[in-house]
Formats: sequence, structure tokens, C-alpha cells
Amino acid sequence: MAAIYPLTFAALLFSVGVYGVLSRRNAVLVLMSVELMIAAVVVNLVAMNEIVATQMGDPLLTGQAFALFVLGIGAAEVGVGLAIVLLLYRNRANVNVDDAELMKY
Amino acid sequence: MAAPELFMLSALVVGGAASLLVVTARNVVHAALFLVVALVSVAASFLWLGAEFLAWAQVLVYVGAVIVLILFGLMLTRAPIGPMAQHNENRKLAAIVAVALFALLTGLNVASFGGETIELRTTGAGQLGEVLYLQWAFPFVVLGFLLTVSLIGALVLARREEGEGPLPDPGPHEEIAAAREPAPTDATPIPGGPTPGREIGSR
Repeated sequence: MAAIYPLTFAALLFSVGVYGVLSRRNAVLVLMSVELMIAAVVVNLVAMNEIVATQMGDPLLTGQAFALFVLGIGAAEVGVGLAIVLLLYRNRANVNVDDAELMKY
Repeated sequence: MAAPELFMLSALVVGGAASLLVVTARNVVHAALFLVVALVSVAASFLWLGAEFLAWAQVLVYVGAVIVLILFGLMLTRAPIGPMAQHNENRKLAAIVAVALFALLTGLNVASFGGETIELRTTGAGQLGEVLYLQWAFPFVVLGFLLTVSLIGALVLARREEGEGPLPDPGPHEEIAAAREPAPTDATPIPGGPTPGREIGSR
């Protein structure tokens, strides 16, 4: 399989995630876009693992091990992120990221 | 076009369309459900690449746990369920940035990996587990520690403040445990001595 297919998939997911992070208002939707970007990174890691393994062999499975670590860190991130969003909602009664400007200047 | 490329292309099309719907849907719950489709297609692409364990871990962790967390987050923040404007005024600029980034990344990918091919093979769960528990053992343990820390951190962050929640003032463990017991309905003492819960309840 040509290596460009999974890499293009990762680039597409990452760009769409960037668009979501920049344009969404709701903090939970921003978190969902961050999840898309993390998924793109994981796809890239797995694809690179296969490319390296095809070229020179990879007995350590570096890309897949790192992908697994990124999966775990992503799960931890969404837990803490949602706790922060809940705290924001409790203090400000909405989760609009544009209104959370207390530390802006 | 060979079959694996066709499969990967289908994952690309489905996942790309679903992710576009995630960031453009006007209903927040629909966005969360489109995220399920996008993440499942990511898991499918792992399967085409031969990473079996990662594919099922993705399904379990993301589609199973993270989506449920996000739906709970939508519910607890009382997000407006229903179609409404969810975008800020940066929408056009964000679209330009995203398209430019996609063009840049694709150009770099074509320039760097345009001629590369992947020799498909299967990496079973046993193979990955062997290197994970031998060569990657320390990072793996650190990951477990990180998950524990983030769990405790999320609990501490999301816990209600003193006087805000339904629980009485936090005190020693016995008091909290006693206060959680059902309150006594009548005042007749139990033969055999007063129970600690009754003592606290009468205070």
C-alpha cells in the first residue's frame, strides 16, 4: 500500500481539528476537536511505524508503543479537560471559550 | 488500485466526512455522535495498517470511554441541545488556516513519502505486549501513574466546594460514613448499645 494514504488521512484529520479548535465556541466541542487532532497524531505514528518497519525492520515497534502511550495520555487529557470545563461552567454558567478572558491581558 | 488501498481510501473518505461534520454540526450531540464515526474509521485504518491491538484499544478507550465522558460533559454543562450557532467570528480565518495547513502537510507528505510503500503485515497483541512489557516497561508504568494522577486531579477539580453539595461538612471518615447512612426514623434505641451512626445523627 502506498504510504501516502494513511498520511493524507492524518493530515486531513489534523487540519479539521485545527479548524474546530479555532472556530468552535463551546468548550466541549473544542475538546472534541482536540480529540480529532490526537487521533491524527496516532494515525501518523502507526503509519510511520509501518514505513520504518518496511524499510529497515523495527523489532521494538516504536511507533505502535508510542501510539498506545498517546492513546492513554489522550484519555487522561479528556478527563482533566472535562473537569476544568465543569469548573468553568460552575463559575460562569456557560462554557463559551470566548468569554473566558479573565487572564487575557 | 489494490484492495488495501481501496480500504484505506474508504476509511479516509468516511473519517474525513465525519470529522468535517464534527466541526460543522450545529447540534452538539450530533457532533459527538459524528466523532464516534470518525474515531471508528481511525480504528479501521489501524486495522488496515495491521495494528490489531491498537485498533481495539482505540475502539474501547475512545469510542467506549471518551465519547461517554464527552456526552456527560455536554449534559452536565447544559449545553444547548438543539441547532444553534456554535461558531465564533473567526470562522473564515479558521477555515483559511485549516486549508493552508492541510495543503502544507499534504505537500510535505508527498515530497517526503510520495514513493514509499508499506509492506502490509500484522502486528498481533502478543507481539506488541512482548515489547511493551520488556523494552517499554518503564514508560508503560509511568503511563499508569499518569492515568492515576489525572483521575485524582479530575476528581479534585470537579468536586463540589464545601457547603455547595449535598454532603455535610467534611470531617473524619467516621462522620462522613455515618452521615451517609439512612437517618433513623424513630428514636427507640437499638438493644445492644447505640450505634455510631445514631450518635452522629442525634448531634
